[in-house]
Amino acid sequence: MRILVAAPRCLQSGLALTPSDTSRRKTSADPPPSTGGRCLSRRNTLPHPHYPLQLSANQSRARDRALLYRNSWTRGRCVVLLQFEGDSPRPHNLKDCRGENSDFTVENGSSPWLQWRNPLKTNRRCHDPAPVKPDNGPQAFPDAEKANLPITIWVPESCLLISIGLIVGGIMYSVHEEPPAVLTSNAFFLYMLPPLSWTPATSCPPGLSLRTSARSVLWFAVVGTLWNSIGIGMSLFAICQIEAFGVQDINLQENLLFATIISAVDPVAVLSVFEDISVNEQLYIVVFGECLFNDAVTVVLYNMFNFVADMPVVEPVDVFLGVARFLVVGFGGLGFGILFGFVAAFTTRFTSRVKEIEPLFIFMYSYLAYLVAELFAISSIMAIVTCSLTMKYYVEENVSQRSCTTIRHVIKMLGSISETLIFFFLGVVTITTEHEWNWGYILFTLLFAIVWRGLGVLVLTQIINPFRTIPFNMKDQFGLAYGGLRGAISFALVFTLPDHIGRKPLFVTATICIILFTVFLQFINVRRTNRDLDTINAEIHSRIMEHTMAGIEDLCGQWSHFYWKDKFLRFNNLVLRRILIRDNRAESSIVALYKKLELQNAMEILDTVTGDISAVPSILSIYEEKKSSGKPNKKFQAPDLKNMHDILSKNMYRIRQRTVAYTTKHALPNDSHAREILIRRHTSIRRSMRPGSFQSPEDPKSHKYFSLPAGKSLDSKFLPGRLSVTDDEETMSEMAYPSRRSRFGQPSRSSSRGMMPLRRLDTLREAPSVDMLDENQRRGTSRKTSSSSSDSQFPLLAISSTPLWTMTAARLIT
Amino acid sequence: MAMNPIGDRIISAFFRPGMETVDFPSFVRVLANFRPTETNRARDYSRNRKLRFAFQLYDQDRDGKISREELLQVLRSMLGTQVTEEQLQSIAERAIQEADLDQDDAISFDEFKKSLEKVNIEQKMSICSLR
Repeated sequence: MRILVAAPRCLQSGLALTPSDTSRRKTSADPPPSTGGRCLSRRNTLPHPHYPLQLSANQSRARDRALLYRNSWTRGRCVVLLQFEGDSPRPHNLKDCRGENSDFTVENGSSPWLQWRNPLKTNRRCHDPAPVKPDNGPQAFPDAEKANLPITIWVPESCLLISIGLIVGGIMYSVHEEPPAVLTSNAFFLYMLPPLSWTPATSCPPGLSLRTSARSVLWFAVVGTLWNSIGIGMSLFAICQIEAFGVQDINLQENLLFATIISAVDPVAVLSVFEDISVNEQLYIVVFGECLFNDAVTVVLYNMFNFVADMPVVEPVDVFLGVARFLVVGFGGLGFGILFGFVAAFTTRFTSRVKEIEPLFIFMYSYLAYLVAELFAISSIMAIVTCSLTMKYYVEENVSQRSCTTIRHVIKMLGSISETLIFFFLGVVTITTEHEWNWGYILFTLLFAIVWRGLGVLVLTQIINPFRTIPFNMKDQFGLAYGGLRGAISFALVFTLPDHIGRKPLFVTATICIILFTVFLQFINVRRTNRDLDTINAEIHSRIMEHTMAGIEDLCGQWSHFYWKDKFLRFNNLVLRRILIRDNRAESSIVALYKKLELQNAMEILDTVTGDISAVPSILSIYEEKKSSGKPNKKFQAPDLKNMHDILSKNMYRIRQRTVAYTTKHALPNDSHAREILIRRHTSIRRSMRPGSFQSPEDPKSHKYFSLPAGKSLDSKFLPGRLSVTDDEETMSEMAYPSRRSRFGQPSRSSSRGMMPLRRLDTLREAPSVDMLDENQRRGTSRKTSSSSSDSQFPLLAISSTPLWTMTAARLIT
Repeated sequence: MAMNPIGDRIISAFFRPGMETVDFPSFVRVLANFRPTETNRARDYSRNRKLRFAFQLYDQDRDGKISREELLQVLRSMLGTQVTEEQLQSIAERAIQEADLDQDDAISFDEFKKSLEKVNIEQKMSICSLR
């Protein structure tokens, strides 16, 4: 099939299309005659705005080039989708495509590639009762599918997994089969835990820095864990003294050891509860930070008590050594993490030629940090988390778009795998291991775990509240207490208990009980709210406020955390970024956010072009005309192809827009606010367009988006092409788009200064991904500062070619 | 403070319009804007005052609105050399469009407040030691 031929070719050469190439491709890109539908005639004379080179040459070729260039985005999708052209699809009516839902509704039974777009509809509307899920759709969106399953609303995922594990374990037990030794402690600590640590670190929104709550986090992590373990240990020991329960042989050290194990708060479980960080940012940061950083304490205590359990006598010097050990472990973990983070960032500075293995570096360095920390018996989780956090900031600016996407998706994938496996095997092992049940001990363990956690939170917040800007109220405290869930880490730790401890099965049973209890208690969910999209206003004003506060603090002579933050940012910009980021351009967060928002608006506009009937009535009338004109099909082949590509790519963009790093596991971005802004801008642009005066002279030269080689400025060849659009009255609405594009072009001005644009063009070959990222907010969403800077490199070439065509279509018909 | 892009605006916010000196009570009064809020009752009032202060930083001519030109000035001082003039214009344009609900091409205090309703002002504009 000829289109298949075209697709792989465009895969290889992104921007390096020469006119000769284009002409070759043009002939090979004839669509099959089976596609009906409207035509966008190719008589267009409007050049592609982003190919200023040789524009005055064959302009339709330029458009073709744009088309294929854009198709090169889609890469695998291009190939996959176009494969289905061979099947005779229904005559594809553009009008049908617009549909009532202003979306590309598809009747079942039409061609697979149309079917493939259904998940989009699911994304957008989430009302589709029976989503058509093509097994060959590359972007069948799993999270949207999950959202359609009613059961996940009621039962958290981890519970489901554990239940399934229990069932399977029951089956295995009944046939006297041994469970596979997957969940050995070795496998767990070496292979399953690191991915779990990556996920929260990378999804942590940069906007929400841990710095602001560092004190609270450390306080809860360190002191809280100590309090918990010692408290539970002591009380359990007290219980053991009571003869009625028959556990007198457990001595104090063993109790303390056990208490340490079960007071290890687990990030996995916490993540599944606090799904939406925007609930309460402060709370989220504290709980999250606590579970990440209490690993240091856990490790130290565990090792200490393990060691001490063997020793007959405990001396004060041992306690002192324990404390010193804790400091070493904690700060060692941090230090290793930061060190490896910097090394990784530095490495990625030079990887511009080996883009394919960039993700490898990232994973390698963080895993290396983890292993080295394990080697030195330092807190490995802290090391890996710190490494990821440090890396994330710098690496995202250095690596290509594609690597960013890859990294993100791989981390998510690995994290999902690990989590699933862990919970599943938890269930299996529950049934198949030998248990020792002791009502009193276990129940009291449960009781004490809850009681001490609650008490701990109460007392600690009382102490730290005076030092906090925003004190924790009772609701927050309840959330904190509730969020202290135990999970897989406790489970793994208990399996690594040395066997000479006589009551090991009892401990195992008790741990499992606690885990099950806390996990199944997640029915009570913290109430969540949807995070609003960041607005440029908020960003500007926040920055102003930060400057203000730094200034005021300076005035007062109090060097509090705004001041230090300011200092750190300055140091960062001056020193660190220069070293670690290739081709450093100090890009303000405001500018980055602005670019990102404009990008989003651009894509929304594209959607409204063909999707929203009311927005562009002229197109509708145009197509009506075409329908009645009854031209033979053959003439429309190429335009139809473009049409299809048009629709395909738009939808792909929409998919990509959706497959961004989410704030939560199953969240979809909320874009109602953005839409409103978009509409306002739309109307304002139209308003400014109506008087007919086209743009100010600065516009032509503002069109240097990413297509320009360094130093070259957009020449005025572009101008005649654009002016030719102005005299068309009917396409008033489409005229908005060139101006729109000009607006897109403007913000990128600064970026075209350096070599960045050219390099980015190379990377544009790869499939782009817009990451809303986030981060941020919590997981991501509120971020958008550093991560968005890379996101803003999303090239608009493909996007703007679409309004171009609708424009040309309109013009040609009239 | 010298490196602070809006340093001069902050300083002039302490001075009442027309007055050349500031005495201690007024100084304290201005600083009191930055006290962290504790009780829920005082929260709205305190938030209002903080927002007022921030608004004043923009609105140098005290006409109650942030015009495009004022916004541009602030942006220019903050972003300075990093962006071009057109980019600044676009950003200012977008900011006004986002916030401006009554379409008068300027941001009034209420619109300012509304655009920041999701932002945690209390945390951003409080100095702990002033409690």
